[in-house]
Amino acid sequence: MSGCPFGGTSPEAPDGGTQADAVGSAPAAAPEPAVASDVGSPKRGLSRRGLLSLAGVGGAVAGLAAGYLSHDAVPAEAAPASTAGDVVPFYGERQAGIVTPAQDRLHMAAFDVTVEDRTAVIKLLKDWTAAAEAMTAARTTGRTGAVDGPYDAPPEDTGEAIDLAAGKLTLTFGFGPGLFEKDGKARFGLDGRRPDALIDLPRFPGDALQPERTGGDIVVQACADDPQVAVHAIRNLARIGFGKVRVRWSQLGFGRTSSTSRAQTTPRNLFGFKDGTANLKVEDGTLLDQHVWATAGSRSGEAWMAGGSYLVSRRIRMHIEIWDRTSLREQEGLIGRTKGAGAPLSGGEEFTAPDFGLKGRDGGPLIAVDSHVRLAHASQNDGVKMLRRGYNYTDGSDGLGHLDAGLFFIAFVKDPRTHYVPMQMAMAKSDKLALEYLKHTGSGLFAVPPGIKPGGFIGEGLFA
Amino acid sequence: MPGTPLPKMASRHRKSLALVAAAAAVPLVLAGCADNAKTPGSNASAGPIQVTSTKTECKVSTGSVPSGNLSFAVKNEGTEITEFYLLAEDGLRIVGEVENIGPGLTRNLVVTAPAGKYTTACKPGMQGDGIRSAFEVTDSGNKTAVDADFQKLADTGVQQYAAYVKDQTEQLVTGTKAFADAYAAGDTSKARELYAATRMHWERIEPVAESFGDLDPKLDAREADLEPGQEWTGWHRAEKDLFPPAGYTALTAAERAKIATQLVADTEELGKRTRTVELSADKLGNGAKELLDEVARGKVTGEEEIWSHTDLWDFQANVDGARIAFESLKPALTQKDAALAKSLDEKFSALQAELKKHATGDGFAYYNELSATEVQQLAALVDALGEPLSKLTSAVVL
Repeated sequence: MSGCPFGGTSPEAPDGGTQADAVGSAPAAAPEPAVASDVGSPKRGLSRRGLLSLAGVGGAVAGLAAGYLSHDAVPAEAAPASTAGDVVPFYGERQAGIVTPAQDRLHMAAFDVTVEDRTAVIKLLKDWTAAAEAMTAARTTGRTGAVDGPYDAPPEDTGEAIDLAAGKLTLTFGFGPGLFEKDGKARFGLDGRRPDALIDLPRFPGDALQPERTGGDIVVQACADDPQVAVHAIRNLARIGFGKVRVRWSQLGFGRTSSTSRAQTTPRNLFGFKDGTANLKVEDGTLLDQHVWATAGSRSGEAWMAGGSYLVSRRIRMHIEIWDRTSLREQEGLIGRTKGAGAPLSGGEEFTAPDFGLKGRDGGPLIAVDSHVRLAHASQNDGVKMLRRGYNYTDGSDGLGHLDAGLFFIAFVKDPRTHYVPMQMAMAKSDKLALEYLKHTGSGLFAVPPGIKPGGFIGEGLFA
Repeated sequence: MPGTPLPKMASRHRKSLALVAAAAAVPLVLAGCADNAKTPGSNASAGPIQVTSTKTECKVSTGSVPSGNLSFAVKNEGTEITEFYLLAEDGLRIVGEVENIGPGLTRNLVVTAPAGKYTTACKPGMQGDGIRSAFEVTDSGNKTAVDADFQKLADTGVQQYAAYVKDQTEQLVTGTKAFADAYAAGDTSKARELYAATRMHWERIEPVAESFGDLDPKLDAREADLEPGQEWTGWHRAEKDLFPPAGYTALTAAERAKIATQLVADTEELGKRTRTVELSADKLGNGAKELLDEVARGKVTGEEEIWSHTDLWDFQANVDGARIAFESLKPALTQKDAALAKSLDEKFSALQAELKKHATGDGFAYYNELSATEVQQLAALVDALGEPLSKLTSAVVL
């Protein structure tokens, strides 16, 4: 016992958090008028802030009416200060959640469509659009929200996001191969509409994919700074979908492993290394056109994808316990960067370009030929880059005393045939890191349609 | 230090102790409750010795330190790759070295140095004798219990292990021929009987065998590891044929003969190459750790022998190989860290006792016969051994 006081602060030190810590955790002393970005109206759903002040006005009628009140008419009370700054606009030319600066938390779910009725799918996509728009603006779903419906009916909104700010929630939708075809037959009248780039991913060496973590007809990526907001979003979409879709797999993620804006520092993966230093950034305008945004393709049937992207998801289990027993020398050698600063082993700082030709004492390159950085680098992959947007995950344990933990890899690419498959094949073959410390247990590839305009719905172009 | 008011940390970021100490000269007490503020060696003030290497200079922040574990933080401020050496008084014997420090990077060197006179040297551009300075280690009273025989003990251990590798390789070559003959001749029951016992020789020296990147996949690839278009050869190809799953189409006699011939040829090539493998204490230590990794990753989960379920033979062989590497280094390790040596002895014994429970005749139970509880027990003992075993290399080569 060192006799150290908890937290290492001296008895004389002032207690408690700083001013900054109070934001979002303690009720604001004075009620503030609500501020929210006003996009598209009329809107269903109630502002989550100030909801409780409406409760008690009584009856469904008040609730229904309140659904159409503008935000400012709802007095906020004891609620976190939700500002325009934490609302990411839902409508736009592109879907949010791709070049949006990566939020801290992820909840992703892939759904299988359980009906064969085109009208039902379109209806679902419209309902999802309305709910997604409401939730990203920090409103409740449905007309009567979480507490303003009939007393003898289950509330429309599940309620766990009451009082929570928008948390920069984005909801990004994509369509898997199974939406277009099942058992070799076209579904929902989408014959000829499956884009050529939406391939069935090949088997990569070492793949240990579990069917219950792989595939899916529709994917929804929910990202937010607050995990409860992200989970609330997926939960409510799943609920709206009952009878038409069912969740095939879902994944929680934390501690984003990529920065998608130069304003963000590079986060660390569970190997303790900075991950995504060479990632594409939102500021890289022309590069995004080259590497992220899909084109209209070569057939009229795939023109609906113009301005969209392709989402690759891979659940990558890391053997972290074994990794932790590995010397720093080997860890850095396998990655090709220093663990502290994230500088390439050829020298410099984090953002110094790696020099793959620089040779060391034994005549071998300082950045080993089978190191992760080299195999993933654009210069070794025909200049191809990806927009990575992955998250760390831990899902309990494996029953053998180890955490089931790793990286939930997410990348948005222009065309997986050129921008993902060759690189992943090279890595699975020769990346020593992949061979010894990684195991891919889940996988998905989805066509992410372009953005939605007010009055439109997700995937409108596909079902046009 | 109860009751002592501590200065407030300026930043809430976690920084390494070395950085904090260097950057702000904050008292080391700040390292806080984690570890009673232990400092490397008996150097209770400054953290690592700062070395700055440029094209023309090799600045060492101090020329004299008390004996114990010395930690140098070597920063390359030049434009070429540099190296740093701590040399004995004769200027020839290398006490410790760091190589391949790229421009702008910092790398640490930790060595145990008894009192005496030394020489420091930076080698910008990896050329010549380097930029040298005298360096002194004074007697701190903390005896670094390393006598002059240490190097001899380590060298002897490496030689012992080299002999072991040679012996196992020879047995592997001989055994593989017998297995291949039986397999090619269609004597399935004999081939099955020889399969796991012969593979043990491979598994005992797996890190050495795996160091030949071209031979390893030819000899030991599992079906799940294959690349598109890769021809599947080696032990596991034969395994699937000898222990076929339902609905499997057996290989023809000609196909079996081809697999058998190549298995022998590749194994003989392996035997040839191992004769020129240069071993060293750190390779033994890392090899032992890798063998336990193999167990934790593939054997415990039953993925290695997916059709034959003879994972426990491999398991035992990996543990054998790790134990021999450890025991070769043990006399040297005992000088440096007797407690670690004792702990490793205990952990090896505990794991061995558990494995023995599953021994039958001259082999083992099939892995699919073990209960979940038994598998968990093995996994726990593997982890209990793997963690201290991962410290073997640094304990010996420090």
